[in-house]
Parts: sequence; structure tokens; C-alpha cells
Amino acid sequence: MPAVGTPVPRKEGLDKVTGRARYTDDVVLPGMLFGRTIRATIPRGRITGVHLDFDPHGFTVVDARDIPGRNVVALIVDDQPCLADGRVSHTEEPVLLLAHADREALLGATVRLDYAAEPAVLDPRASQTVFKELTIQKGCLDDGFGSADVVVEGEYRTGHQEQLYIEPQGVIAVPEDGGVTVYGSLQCPYYVHHALSVLLALPPERVRVVQLETGGGFGGKEDYPSIIAGHAALLALKANRPVKLVYDRLEDMRATTKRHPAIVRHRTGVTRDGRLTAIDVEVLLDGGAYTTLSPVVLSRGALHATGPYRCDHVRVHGRVVQTHTPPNGAFRGFGAPQTQFAAEAHMDRVAAALGLDPVALRERNVWRPGDTTATGQRLGPDCSAADVLRVAVERSRYHERRGTLAGRPGAGIGLALVFHGAGFTGSGEVKLASRAALQLTATGARIRVASTEIGQGARTVLAQVVADALGIAYDDVEVAEADTRFVPDSGPTVASRTSMVVGRILQGCAVRMRERLGDLGPADYHARHGPFEVEGQYVRPAGLDWDEAAYRGDAYGCYGYACDVVEVAIDADTYEARATAVTTVHDVGRVLHPVLVRGQIEGGTVQGLGYALLEEVAMRDGAMANAQLTNYVIPTTADVPPLDVVVLETPYVEGPFGAKGVGELPMDAPAAAAVNAIRHAGFDVREVPATPERLSEAPCVSR
Amino acid sequence: MRLSVNGTAVEVDVHPLARLLDVLRETLGLTGTKEGCGEGECGACTVLLDGRPVNACLLPVAHAENREVVTIEGLRGHEALQEAFVTEGGTQCGICTPGFVLAASTIGEEVAPAAIREALAGNLCRCTGYEGIYRAIDAARRASREAGSRPDRGGGR
Repeated sequence: MPAVGTPVPRKEGLDKVTGRARYTDDVVLPGMLFGRTIRATIPRGRITGVHLDFDPHGFTVVDARDIPGRNVVALIVDDQPCLADGRVSHTEEPVLLLAHADREALLGATVRLDYAAEPAVLDPRASQTVFKELTIQKGCLDDGFGSADVVVEGEYRTGHQEQLYIEPQGVIAVPEDGGVTVYGSLQCPYYVHHALSVLLALPPERVRVVQLETGGGFGGKEDYPSIIAGHAALLALKANRPVKLVYDRLEDMRATTKRHPAIVRHRTGVTRDGRLTAIDVEVLLDGGAYTTLSPVVLSRGALHATGPYRCDHVRVHGRVVQTHTPPNGAFRGFGAPQTQFAAEAHMDRVAAALGLDPVALRERNVWRPGDTTATGQRLGPDCSAADVLRVAVERSRYHERRGTLAGRPGAGIGLALVFHGAGFTGSGEVKLASRAALQLTATGARIRVASTEIGQGARTVLAQVVADALGIAYDDVEVAEADTRFVPDSGPTVASRTSMVVGRILQGCAVRMRERLGDLGPADYHARHGPFEVEGQYVRPAGLDWDEAAYRGDAYGCYGYACDVVEVAIDADTYEARATAVTTVHDVGRVLHPVLVRGQIEGGTVQGLGYALLEEVAMRDGAMANAQLTNYVIPTTADVPPLDVVVLETPYVEGPFGAKGVGELPMDAPAAAAVNAIRHAGFDVREVPATPERLSEAPCVSR
Repeated sequence: MRLSVNGTAVEVDVHPLARLLDVLRETLGLTGTKEGCGEGECGACTVLLDGRPVNACLLPVAHAENREVVTIEGLRGHEALQEAFVTEGGTQCGICTPGFVLAASTIGEEVAPAAIREALAGNLCRCTGYEGIYRAIDAARRASREAGSRPDRGGGR
């Protein structure tokens, strides 16, 4: 019986519902110390004194001088120190590390830091330091605006968003075999592996990274684990003991990465009958203190900034700049939720300026197969944006509801249509050159990949793909632990790439294994000939081409499409906007696992609704001032209406069994759909989260 | 201090103000109870105290003296619910799952959907958007009703 397309039980499901699954903080090793991070309390300046106001007996103390290799968090640009070396560039920057066997003693230790403070730049518009700047150009803007009847401009803003995985960041570092092993909650074992090798000046074979059960990531455990792993490893190597470093919620929220805040300006030329003639977008992202992943966040943000619409004359100019705040990093969607919020909030304003129905304007311009994107990518037969829009409008009875709600004070309905490129941007997948391996076992096959299970169901989906490609039962496919000693580098578990890209490589491995098995089943072959292994590597699908210098070509292998329709009710006294009905339609290519796909869509949609309406990071002196779950509110069961989820399946020929990536797409549409509903209710809000404060200050718009 | 944990009487030598969470996880090694926030907001540390869900991160162990604590490791009679959390998508990353399963195990069979939402409002999940959790509870109830209606099973539960 085929596994693909069926709701097979998730591999580690039973462990999770019985409490047996082991997460980082559940692990206790003999002789283990606890670690603690001493952090800067100002956003910018020099450290002029460090005072250890405690009896150092029993403590291990580490500062930048203890770093055997390079004092950097190796990632894209090595500008971020692992430990501050005299200079502070953001509040909560790590300065000193302590370890002790007794947690009370550790937490009781007082360290005072003296500073010579310097003026901090906290407003990205005032920043002179640009991490990355890029321009996407298509056609000629002057021509485009020349043929426009109407030009509509607008500025849209999005705030920080905290990933808020329920398991805080944590690792355990163990000195081993003349090197170090790090066990932890993380998405990308080989990112951590590389960073440790550079930091500790250790050859790759002396560094081992093992992912433990991970209680959510959403991008928050893409880049940050390299930092916390470095800290724990430095302590462990100095103490020559295992060291556990687990953050509490306050530290996790104040110190770790968030979604980049954005200011996006649109200027759009359109004919009176609604044809887009020119799209000019200016994107500004707040990168925080160091580069981290900002260049690629900007890239993805810019590439999604037009929305899924045909236009011959486009310019997208993007910059990501430094501010003296904790670095912003990866969060589900990776720049696209910010820019598509702006694009889709703007589309409703363009429709209003023309007196057109918002759906009609979108139908007039939506991508269809054969159209080209802003980078000149020709869309293939899997471009189903128009279908997704049509189904969402019908399913939600958008027009009927729009009429009904127009007569109700404080009620509105809004819609947003989005797309999301799956996999790394441009030549990213070619550079990653991901590898995956499949071993024949006595009972079936074992998958060896560095892709991590972070809740999304990676183990399950990859096993389904292998089971069907090999022609064996799902239960006979095992998935090895993501341990860099035993698994090849399959690239990071990010960018909606695991099922689509790594799944495709594994499918190829399974096909080759099947050929070698001939007519035998795995058990028979193993009994007669013993085990063997097949390794595969990413192969770029034919016809894809990307010019990084010119920012032209095939930015992604494929795109998924989604359309959300949100109804809101706004409290007349408190100005609180609540979502009262949500329809969400996604086309994700072939569905590999119906329950897991639904889980991605539902979870991402609710994160998007939080982004839209609730989740406000209040910054004070360059750091999060509301770093508590009491004050930073994510959606609870009481905040979310029932979700009507529709999944379309337009296959992508290069995906395993026709699948596209799905992880991030659900994050893109809710914010704009909710804000468009708020606009329909009469409030001209152009920023998320659309909090009661913002609604109370918003100008009125006619309905 | 004496208390009953998962049906077994235990005696622990800890400060009476120690968090029940730490006593369970560290003294007794019951790591199925998780810490998500340490401030009683997320519900990952939910355990049953005399059958009612409480946040073990807020509860001094002295409050549990001579009372019955049930953690995920000791939950019995709700296997259908646990299985449904797997099959219906009620668990993803799993860190909130023990708390949700315990909280859900206290919801009566006849409770209406709106009241289920209210009963679970003290537990946060960042992965599922809660829909899979509602489906799991619903599926477990259906399974229970079907088992109960079979003549050979008598009253079922």
C-alpha cells in the first residue's frame, strides 16, 4: 500500500504523547555543570571594566580571551563576535560565560560591567551602515508609469515578531575525543558544526553535533544555536566537564533573533480598468547589530515584494541596515511575510483608488502559466495562483459576505493572495550541494540525512517518500538521528526545502537502491548479499538558470500559492480586532501527508494571525521590554476562530511525487488579509500588528 | 514530604517552596513534564493535582503534600486520546503535548466545542494552530462512544 498521500502515523508520535521524547533539558550527564551568560546592558559602547563580585571557587569563567579559534559566529559574513571583546553593539550581547555545578550558586553570582556608552542607532531609517542592498529591475519604470492612468502610493510597516517556540534554546556540550560534542535543540546541525570548528580551531572530525528532540524552531533555531553551542563548548572545554546551557523564557526572548521589522513603500501605476503598468517598491529591513542571515532575508523579501502579479515594468530596491539591537534572523517566511503584507495591503488601496472590487483587480493581474516574474522567471504549468484565488473567493462567499458585513459596524472581510518560493534562493541549492544517504538494513532501509525533525514531520515525510520509491512498507523505513558523525550534510532545515529538495534526493537514492535489489526485497537481499548504501546529491532541475549579479532568472525552483480570507470584528470600546472567520486555500503541489500538510497550514496561519493582530515586541533602549508570555501575547485557543482549510494539488514535476515545499507559505497571507478586513471595517491601518492602539489612531476610510 | 505521584507514594527531601516542576523533573526524574515559560502562561508544565490540571511551575511542592499528582508518565485510561493526538495532528514538535494531553484528559465527554476551547486556553501551542488538538479530542470521543455502543463492551469506560 502506498504511503505517500496517506496519513501514516508520525515516526516519533508515540514518544511525544507519552512524555518519553527526550529534549535537551531532559538530559542529565554525569559531572555536568550548568552554564550562564553574562550580557551587556547597554546598546552600544566600550566595556571599560569587568568585576566578578563573587567567590570564584567552583566556577568556570570564560571570556573572549579563552577562544582558541576565531572569535566569530561563522555564518555569511563573520562580523558577529561569539563573545564581546571590548565593544558592545547591542543590549544583551554576550560578554562573559560562567559555569558551576550548583545552579543556585551560578544564578547568585554577580558580575558588574563598566561601560563608556556611545550613541546608539535604533531607527533603521537613520542608519548609515548597510549590510546588503539590491535592485531587481524589469522593463522600464518610466514607460510603465507613462502608460498608467492612476498612480497609487503607500507605506506599510511590520514589527518584530518572536518565534516563540515553546522549548527555549538549549544545548549540552561535552568534551570528547580531543574535541567537543554538542547535543541540542537545533534546526541545522552542519551550521553549528561549521561555527564550532571555526570558533574552537578544531578540525571538522573533532566536532560532533547531535540534534535532540526539538521543541519548535520556526527559523529561531536556524542561526542562533551556533551562538549558544559556541558558548557551551567554550565552557565545557575550559572546565573539561559537560556543560548544559538552557535559556529561560526571559533570556530567550530578550537575547535571541526575531523577525526583521520592515518599512515598505509602494508606488504603483495602473490603468483605469485595473491593469498594472508599473510596480516600484522600496524595502527597508532592520537587521539589528550584526549581519547574520539578513542578506538572504532581504533577498527573499525583495523577490516576493510584487505579489503574484504580472507587470512589465518593475523595480524593487531593497536595503537591510544595522541598528544597535539584538540581531534579527530567520523566522518562517524569511522576509516574504513582510513584503507580501505590504503588497497585498497596497492592492486593496489600489482597488479602492480605481473603485474596483479587490478580487477583480487581482483576477485582472494574477500570474498565469507562461507569465514572467520580476526577475524574468517564466512560470510553469504548476502556477495555480488564479485557481487558489477563485477557490478562496467561492469557498468564503467573499462577495456575499462583503455585502453583508458592510452594513455591520466594526465588521469587515479582507483577502490576500500570496506566493512563496520553495528551497534556497537563486543558485543557493547548487552551492549547498546537499547530500543524503540510504542504507539497506536487515528489515528495510535507513535514511541518513542532516535534515531535522522540528515538529513539521520531516522524519515521517522522508520515510514515506523512500517507502514508495523503494516499494516497501512505511514502517520498514527508519530515520537515523541527525548526528554529524553519521549523516551527510543535507543542508539546513529551512526555506520550505526539506520535503521538496531533500525528499527528491532521497527518492533518487531509493530508485537506485531498488535497481540494485532487483527482484529481491530488502530483507532477502540483505540476507544474501549484506548491507549497502546509496548516496545522492542535489541535481538542479534542467532549465533553471540564475544570474546573481544581475538578479535575473529563476529565483526558485517553484512557487506555492495561497489565498486567505479573514473576517474581523472590532470592539467599539476597546478597538480590539478579532478574527471571526478564516478561509485559507493553499496549493502545495502533491500532498505527501494530508495531516501534516494541514498542520503546517493551520499552524502557520495562526502564527500569521498573531503577527497580524497580537504580537507586538515593545523595544526599549534597544531590547525587548515585554519579554514575558504575559505581555507578549501569542494566539491561544480563545483567540482563533475555526479555520476552513482547503488544499489544492497542482503537481510540481521536479518535486518528489509532485510535492512543493509548504512550511513557510501559510505565514504570508494572514497579516494582509486581516488588515484588509480592518480596512473594510473602516479603519485605515497600514501596520502590523494591528493593535487596539493602532486602530484607535487610524484614520477612517469609507466602506 | 510525602505525596502520591502516578499512584505511588513518594517521600522527597526538598525545600517546601521548591517548585513542583523541579521536584518532578529533577528529584524524581519525570521529565515528561516540560518547562516553557516558568510563569504559568504556557501550560507545558501541566500536571494533574487531585485530578485537576495545574501549572507545576507555579506550585510549591508543599501544596502537593499528601495529595495525588499525575504526570504524563502516569496517565492511564486515555490511550485513545494519546493515539488521536498522533493520528489527528495534535502533536507536532511535542513540547506542549504532555500538558495538552493532561489538560484534555480532564474535559468531560459532553463538553461543547466552545467550552473545550475555554478549557484549553491555559495551554499554548505554537505549531498546530490548535485545530489538530480539537480533532484529536473529537476523534477520541468518537472512539470512546463507538466502543461504548458495542454490546460486548458493556459500558465501555
